[in-house]
Amino acid sequence: MKQQRSRKPGMIVAEVVTALLFILFLFPFVLVLLNSAKTSFEVTQYPLAWPSRWGNIIDNVVKIWTSESVRYPSSLLTSTIVTVVSLVLINLFSAQAGWVLVRTKSKISQVIFFIFVASMVIPFQIVMFPLLSWFRTVTVATGIRLLRTYLGIILAYIGFGAPLSIFMFHGFIKSIPLELEEAATIDGCKKHQIFYKIIFPILTPIQATVLVLNGIWIWNDYLLPLLVLGKGNDIMTIPLAVSNFAGAFVKQWDLILTAILMAMVPVIIFFLFAQKYIVKGMVAGAIK
Amino acid sequence: MTKRTESSLVFWIFLAPVLFAFIMVMVIPFFLGSYYAFTNWSSSARVDGGLRFVGLQNFMESFRDPAFLYSFSITFAYTILNMIAINVVAFALALLVTGELRLKNVYRVGFFVPNLIGGLILGYIWQFIFNNAIPSLGRIIPVLGFLANPGNLLLSKNTSALAAMIIVGTWQYAGYIMMIYVAAIENIPQELLEAAKIDGATPWIRLKSITIPLCAQAFTVTMFLTLVNSFKQFDVNVSLTSGGPSTMLMGQPILGTELLALNIYNTAFISNKLSVAQARAFVFFFVLAIISIIQVYVNKKREIEL
Repeated sequence: MKQQRSRKPGMIVAEVVTALLFILFLFPFVLVLLNSAKTSFEVTQYPLAWPSRWGNIIDNVVKIWTSESVRYPSSLLTSTIVTVVSLVLINLFSAQAGWVLVRTKSKISQVIFFIFVASMVIPFQIVMFPLLSWFRTVTVATGIRLLRTYLGIILAYIGFGAPLSIFMFHGFIKSIPLELEEAATIDGCKKHQIFYKIIFPILTPIQATVLVLNGIWIWNDYLLPLLVLGKGNDIMTIPLAVSNFAGAFVKQWDLILTAILMAMVPVIIFFLFAQKYIVKGMVAGAIK
Repeated sequence: MTKRTESSLVFWIFLAPVLFAFIMVMVIPFFLGSYYAFTNWSSSARVDGGLRFVGLQNFMESFRDPAFLYSFSITFAYTILNMIAINVVAFALALLVTGELRLKNVYRVGFFVPNLIGGLILGYIWQFIFNNAIPSLGRIIPVLGFLANPGNLLLSKNTSALAAMIIVGTWQYAGYIMMIYVAAIENIPQELLEAAKIDGATPWIRLKSITIPLCAQAFTVTMFLTLVNSFKQFDVNVSLTSGGPSTMLMGQPILGTELLALNIYNTAFISNKLSVAQARAFVFFFVLAIISIIQVYVNKKREIEL
């Protein structure tokens, strides 16, 4: 009893400190929301004040929605297409690759796996310039356009996302008992059917991790789209659109912050729905 | 078809998509880049007739460039300070939200949220805070009047602008690192802490001799993640300071907060020296590889000792 009572003041302090930190951490987002509802004059004069008229937020949202440098509906669609298509392909292709790399015990299989793992230490900076000139060469040689196209950026995301994803699938598949697959073979299952019908469904938990890690990276990525899609392109992702707008309308904070708000809303909504998986996925991904 | 040929067929067909993408965007560019770093490669080289091998010239040029040397040193400073700040804040937050707080799950999510938003967007938000919101605070509260003075803006001087980048970096990343610590702390057997408490160990002693040693593995992971991510910082750098403010070093105007990743990018696209940028990217890679190997080695050794 005595111990309980003596711990109480400490608990209250911890409770208050955490609540204050929580407010401090989220305050920047509150500022974005407050200032998205202000006029240009209000933002510069009273950035910390409560907006005089919340209706302004609608005016600002409409301005960003129709802005030529943000092209919000089109950017949102581009970001969605790039992220979803890349994720579906990374997930399927890496799972397949991880599975055959675990189940094939040959020298070549070990070498390939080793190369994938080793490549994870290579920073993007090393390959980014040659990548652009190589994509140009491919276009000259084959006529297939890789720069400034969906094809090019999705190919790039598969290539850069695969090593970590394969590594995670590899680790998980190692723990699946081989007997399962042997039983299926005896029942007359073809090798590729074993993967699609038996293994792929078992991989659901690790698939969630792979999707979350790659999804957050691809959705927020700035440098790769900047290089592969380029500036002034018809297809631009949300981060490109925001930087495009902030560059063109320097200090127009009412509109820049509205653009930022609109860039964050889809992520926040998605996070509220998939919160449990996202936090778990990101922590699991780090520990692996 | 025999079982063996079927197996090897499936092996290659299943690997083909990732291998193709990986070779196209990693392997070929990596080898091209290793070659380009030793040539006079530039965006105009193709026009005036082919690449020329120039040996180590690009590397020499880089190491004579004050902007690159400066960028190197502030990247080190930023990385070390950012690592310390993130880990201290994250560990403290983790201790708070693993206690018996009423709303601990809400707090965890709140601290984690900045991590979901891209660094580019976070940088713009904080540019607004540092340049507009904080001066306004100075205008409202008389005691903090100095904040309203344009000369006191954090982003106006290079040392304080670097500090501003650390503030943003910590805010962005601490919640994620906190989650890793939370997982580690929750794995500590409760009996151990109970037993220590019965033996009269103060909270501080319990922290020092139980919690921290049992989180050793988590420390290896978090140190590695924060090290690599701080060293590679680009997005926040672009949107928060764009490398500015300008300053002078060795009689040359240079950017005061240009971290290595941004320096490499600017060398290629503003100074138009692709081959020099490529050489710098290799230096960047080697340094990052060496320090992260040392870091993991040291932490692994400590893990065993603890």
